[in-house]
Amino acid sequence: MELVKLLGVLVVVVGFALKLDSILIVVAAAIVSAAVGGLGVEGLLETLGTSFVNNRSMAIFILIMLVTGTLERNGLKEAAANLIRKVKRASAGAVIGAYGIMRGIFAAFNVSFGGVAGFVRPIIMPMAVGAIEASGNEPHEDHVETVKGMASGMENIAWFFCQVLFVGGGGALLVQSTLKDLGYEVDLIDLAVVEIPIAIFAVLVGITYYFLKDKRMVRKYYGNKVAKED
Amino acid sequence: MLFKVNSIFTLAFFTDPDVTLGAKLLEVILIVMGLITIYNGIKNLLDKSNPARIGTAVFWCALGIVLALGRWLPPIASGILVIIMTIPAIFKQVKMGKSNAPTPEEEKANFDKIGMKIFIPALTIGVSAILFALLTKLGALVGIGFGIILSIVLLMIYSRDNKPKVFLDDSARLLSVVGPLSMLPMLLASLGAVFTKSGVGEVIAELVGKVVPEGNVNVGIIVFAIGMALFTMIMGNAFAAITVMTVGIGHPFVLAHGADPVVIGMVALTAGYCGTLCTPMAANFNIVPVAMLDMKDRFGVIKNQYIPAIILLIFQIIYMIILK
Repeated sequence: MELVKLLGVLVVVVGFALKLDSILIVVAAAIVSAAVGGLGVEGLLETLGTSFVNNRSMAIFILIMLVTGTLERNGLKEAAANLIRKVKRASAGAVIGAYGIMRGIFAAFNVSFGGVAGFVRPIIMPMAVGAIEASGNEPHEDHVETVKGMASGMENIAWFFCQVLFVGGGGALLVQSTLKDLGYEVDLIDLAVVEIPIAIFAVLVGITYYFLKDKRMVRKYYGNKVAKED
Repeated sequence: MLFKVNSIFTLAFFTDPDVTLGAKLLEVILIVMGLITIYNGIKNLLDKSNPARIGTAVFWCALGIVLALGRWLPPIASGILVIIMTIPAIFKQVKMGKSNAPTPEEEKANFDKIGMKIFIPALTIGVSAILFALLTKLGALVGIGFGIILSIVLLMIYSRDNKPKVFLDDSARLLSVVGPLSMLPMLLASLGAVFTKSGVGEVIAELVGKVVPEGNVNVGIIVFAIGMALFTMIMGNAFAAITVMTVGIGHPFVLAHGADPVVIGMVALTAGYCGTLCTPMAANFNIVPVAMLDMKDRFGVIKNQYIPAIILLIFQIIYMIILK
């Protein structure tokens, strides 16, 4: 067995571990791999060129950006904030859950509202902390820290697993081209459909886990008070 | 000279009756994408506030040329252009000039004017992609292109301020924010192709074959899914892992035994996402938020994600085994 052929993979692993520039790592790995695999300069350039060109449709996000920026300019984030603020009288865990549902649905249409910087920090966190205060408690530092982590987690989980429902998304395009090289033809719409149960399950897991975790923290940090109000 | 030859080839492709309408329209979309990218390059070249005008322009123009003309360029020329665009990227010479980002006040004022119906043009693109995939032979990507046109028209009806230049400059701004990483998806896919050509898949398959009995598809699925998650944790990116893992494990141990490529190929990617949730290598998702939310614990986001990630990985393995 020719373990030396894995040198390119090793370059990637070591490169990422050393936090080098991603593009530098990929180019270096390609060169090393081509060298040990005996592709030669010409073979490397041809493989790079052919594959890059075959995967051009992964850059469809460039076309989508034609409206993304202008949507934002025209108040998309404001509208989303308006929508989520309709959630009233909820616990911090419920605010995060509601955001998970909203983010999941919009992710399926490839619509995002600015991520942690643009949405979680200015809109979700004040709502969640406000929810703790509304229950008559002084927000505990450790509880708020966990709420921050849970809000980011919900943001990530809903986005990762629901964005694959967007037909023509980058992930499915990459899978399609990988399978094509191996001789399997698959349709983008089928790749999206197969993910529907997983997307729904993922959002449900996120919502349930964060709701229960928040409930446990409320009991831990403000236990007596909540018991009294019940 | 090169361009003259290309323009002839371009016409021949677009008038060829053997090429489907969907393929022709997709090529038009790619050309538009390339032109937007080149526009960004030239805009930055002329922008005196950009600290690295030449490098920025080289990157975007080279990328734009490959996007727009890739079909007609010889593969080796595309390969050289890919290497050329990585040079300013590696030397941090792809930068942003002055930003035309909307102020919160402008967004608020526009929202007061347009209101909740701003969601309609936002959702148009995804709906159009689905409808085109289901009802036409043109394909989802052409649907995305059509949805974008519709979305632009709606936005122009909503507000007279939305002139063509606003769309162009807003997209150029977003493109500049993403910067050189916008070539990364294609570059990672190409790295996968280089790995495949160099025989990496076979070596991994041989290694895994020593542990996993070939022929047992269920064991193959488990190894494939967990392998995807672990390899993604190391790389920080499921896109970087999927090609090598599919070639090295998914194909020989699962697909070659007749499992459904739609289920196995796609769900392996989202199994990889479980790894993304657990690794500090995926800094954008797991570390940057820590800073943005002023959290105390550097692993504060990951600590809230690993349990859902494990549950989801198990669920997806069972899902693959049942549906294979």
